[in-house]
Amino acid sequence: MRDIKAQEVIMTVSRLFYDANFFLPDDVLASLQRAREIEESPIGREVIDRILENAKIAAKEEIALCQDTGTALVFLELGQDAHIVGGDLYEAINEGVRQAYREGYLRMSMVRQPFSARVNTKDNTPAIIHTDVVPGDRLKITVMPKGGGAENTIRLGMLTPAVGRQGVIDFVVKAVDEAGSNPCPPVIVGVGVGGTAEETMLLAKRALLRKLGEPSPDAEVAQVEEEILQRVNNLGIGPQGFGGRFTALAVHIETLPCHIASMPVAVNLQCHSSRHKEAII
Amino acid sequence: MGKRITLPLTEDVIQDLKAGDEVLLNGTIYVARDSAHKRMIEALDKGQELPFDVQGQAIYYMGPTPARPGQASGSAGPTTSGRMDSYAPRLMAKGLKGMIGKGSRSQAVKDGMKKYKAVYFAAIGGAGALISKSINKSEVVAYDDLGAEAFRRLEVEDFPATVINDIYGGDLYEEGKAKYRIE
Repeated sequence: MRDIKAQEVIMTVSRLFYDANFFLPDDVLASLQRAREIEESPIGREVIDRILENAKIAAKEEIALCQDTGTALVFLELGQDAHIVGGDLYEAINEGVRQAYREGYLRMSMVRQPFSARVNTKDNTPAIIHTDVVPGDRLKITVMPKGGGAENTIRLGMLTPAVGRQGVIDFVVKAVDEAGSNPCPPVIVGVGVGGTAEETMLLAKRALLRKLGEPSPDAEVAQVEEEILQRVNNLGIGPQGFGGRFTALAVHIETLPCHIASMPVAVNLQCHSSRHKEAII
Repeated sequence: MGKRITLPLTEDVIQDLKAGDEVLLNGTIYVARDSAHKRMIEALDKGQELPFDVQGQAIYYMGPTPARPGQASGSAGPTTSGRMDSYAPRLMAKGLKGMIGKGSRSQAVKDGMKKYKAVYFAAIGGAGALISKSINKSEVVAYDDLGAEAFRRLEVEDFPATVINDIYGGDLYEEGKAKYRIE
């Protein structure tokens, strides 16, 4: 057993959300720069220039990359030999969120109740927390402030095995086409295939955390990613939907075993401001 | 670099704008998103006044981050306009001439823009830090209790935007996509 202090969790979560909202990851910046070089559309190139300039201003002056500083999503990998001491783990995470959003002048975007009482919780809690128990005695924390505009374009399809690989590809391309300019293209297309309905939704979101543009280690999946990326970028939507080559920067597909009767597919679009940070305690 | 436009929008200026034009907005723009729109429409339903004189004005669909001390505005990029589609025609009928946001509009809103001679501009989604640099002043003028969703008045200088829908039925989202689509 190894002790991990709740206070350390608070400080780590706070630092990660703070950094995520001001500093765009290097792989995202590199991918945008590459898109800038290849983009055919003049207005599309200008859009990417402004996005890159925005990242510089955000980092230098610590003004949030995007005013939608998101739902505070947290993925935990908790070692089964780790022991959280000095407080409740989930409360520590929420306290970290509170501190980061207050000290970073980040937007409080959560409302208490989704129906008529849409009253702001004023500290951006509760965080949405997904926990996996893993071997070892460490705690890995990944944070992802996820904006609402892109999240609203998510699709789940309970397809049948008969539609096969082509059916999955068509479903994903249609989801990106229908989302159009809404999710702030160029987007990253996260796809979950297999598992159950709820598991594949989570898988599609986790797919967004993969290093940008790194292909799946599975040869067939990597091929499908490439095929979808090409079809998506042939749609013509382009940066911000103004028309152009780069509707998506990458397609990341993750798979799980599934039932003999099922072919669940989830599509989660991430805007170009792909903010996430991780740390291991 | 686009052409400079001063708000409120006059008929001459609006007639001149075409889908795809890049513009720099100057002067006063108002800020409202989901909850503030709901309240404005409820006010109209009750026969009450809007919190501003809507004639010739533009509404920016946006909810900023709080400004740090010494800053005029926090991060201030556009939100998805489609969520305001059900409210927009009522406001255009009252004299609203400009909408600023991101993402496509419903057919009813596009028809309204032709009928009432109004224009829809896009600002770059996810460029909130950059956009904040063109805001000289930001103040809450109504619905303060809505926090990030309060109704605001901004003073902007060379605020970059792109015309998406003009009064002639032009639509940059459709035209741009068609131009770069590969079958």
